[in-house]
Amino acid sequence: MEFQVPAINLALLSPVLIVMVTGALIMLLEFFIPETRKGWYTWLSLVGIVLAFAQTATMWGSEAGTFTPVGGQPMVLLDNYATFLNLIFLITGALTILLAISYLRRTGLDRAEFYMLLLFSLSGMMLMGMANDLILVFLALEILSIPLYIMAGLAWPRGESEESAMKYFLLGAFSSGIFVFGIALTYGATGSTALPQVLTGIANGGALGLAGAAFLLVGLGFKVAAAPFHMWTPDVYEGAPTIVTAFMSVGAKVGGFAAMLRIFLAALPEIGDTWVTAVAVLSALTLIIGNVVAITQSNIKRMLAYSSIAHAGYIMIAVAASANSERGLSAALFYMFAYLFTTLGAFAIVMAREHQLGEGLQLNDYKGLARRHPLLALVMAYFMLSLTGVPPTGGFSGKFYLFRAAIEASSAGPDLLWLVLIGVVTSVISGYYYLRLVYLMYMTDGDGTLVEERHPAVVTAVAVTVAFTLLLGFMPGTWFDVTRQAVLWGGRLLAGG
Amino acid sequence: MFSTVTIDWYVALSVLLFTIGAMGVLMRRNAIIIFMSVEMMLNSANLAFVAFARHLGDLDGQVLTFFVITVAAAEVAVGLALIVTIFRTKHSISIDELNVLKG
Repeated sequence: MEFQVPAINLALLSPVLIVMVTGALIMLLEFFIPETRKGWYTWLSLVGIVLAFAQTATMWGSEAGTFTPVGGQPMVLLDNYATFLNLIFLITGALTILLAISYLRRTGLDRAEFYMLLLFSLSGMMLMGMANDLILVFLALEILSIPLYIMAGLAWPRGESEESAMKYFLLGAFSSGIFVFGIALTYGATGSTALPQVLTGIANGGALGLAGAAFLLVGLGFKVAAAPFHMWTPDVYEGAPTIVTAFMSVGAKVGGFAAMLRIFLAALPEIGDTWVTAVAVLSALTLIIGNVVAITQSNIKRMLAYSSIAHAGYIMIAVAASANSERGLSAALFYMFAYLFTTLGAFAIVMAREHQLGEGLQLNDYKGLARRHPLLALVMAYFMLSLTGVPPTGGFSGKFYLFRAAIEASSAGPDLLWLVLIGVVTSVISGYYYLRLVYLMYMTDGDGTLVEERHPAVVTAVAVTVAFTLLLGFMPGTWFDVTRQAVLWGGRLLAGG
Repeated sequence: MFSTVTIDWYVALSVLLFTIGAMGVLMRRNAIIIFMSVEMMLNSANLAFVAFARHLGDLDGQVLTFFVITVAAAEVAVGLALIVTIFRTKHSISIDELNVLKG
């Protein structure tokens, strides 16, 4: 038998490769760059991300696959969907690095490892959106997660950080175990790991395939912190260094959804209503648990952790809607795009406040902030409004689009109106804890004199997040059109390879 | 009769191993034991992969095992490093001691 080499086009992977190579370069250069020149890592990683960004931007519009086995489906797809998600991840990476400069310096964590691990994790996230084969999804998930486990523990020997890393690691590995067992079962049921074949097989297959699909959903549910698989989130978010929390609350979540949406999409023509109901129920549970428990939190990072659980619930409304509405998928992408800026911005303000008062901030530490730092308080208040979903913010436009998609989907398929109702009610509930922070900042008196250090990189990053939250609030249509372009393949709605 | 071991037996064994692993993660308190349980879950998937590959007459499943083994090795490297670090500070690797963060 002759061995045939599969068709490989590495050019399609170039953005991921640039990010990976930059990470490896930093790892090597660590031996040669003297301790006093640590700024180099920052600039080198930024250059890598900007190059990858430019490369990704030129790929907009391409519809290609590579690593195609003979007679099989491509394992890697590069379409607008993957390109758009890659842009999201690269923006997240760049903003995180800008915010990290002053944070790492003052906490003494300014080491090459941070940048290196961030870049490796970033490359995993990018692969998540491109993967068209379950085994590649698994590998991407691990490339994403393993650096994050280490990053959560970067502040060792501080107990909270170590504990956070340990909990994240044990539950992350547990969920990988579940995910890989799901792959094994679906492989057994369908004889393939390529997404389109797997899902056709599951639709026609029996219990084995369904069990496998359920395991896959649980494994991804852990990664995106959907209830009831969210238990690790508050502890991990609270204990990890704040910059890492910011990075994983956006990157890891969007990464998980990137794969979940791709799997769901490939399944669209086949699955019928079973998955829609399953996702809708998970979504409702996540919305209720996330928003209700967030009310009782007094620690700001724990509150934002529950808030991020709740936002996973909102994105899942769009996932459920995408089965029967052609706007569902673009609504999910739009929501994640808006979520990225709002969340990173909010964490930037938390870090600025931590700079003044130290780690472990309570909500009460924001008392009277408006009087001392009017600008800081104003920006934080704006992000809180965006997270609540009050116009004119990116958060509002995001929720508007996904509720509309869910209503549209209800007329064509299983009823999702009850889910929209839960979404609206929980948004109102979320107003309580988000706006309480605004209340504390503006209506109460605080104490303590504060030194302020405005690092230009931090100012730039915050300005970008505010600008985009405003832009998505005032001109959502333009960006929604972009996300609609992102889900087309050959002019039709994307449905697998 | 005794000589035929069908695919069902392999799947049953793999499900059994997976369940033992998952129970171990949820019930044991020692970080090393939990970690071993996770490894058992990964290996139960490996067994299923190999058995299915033989059953389907398809090589993919055999190859997938190597990916899983590689990832498991990477996880071991990170996991053991974390456990050692925690042991240095707390002199214990029981996850009941990990209680600085409430929840």
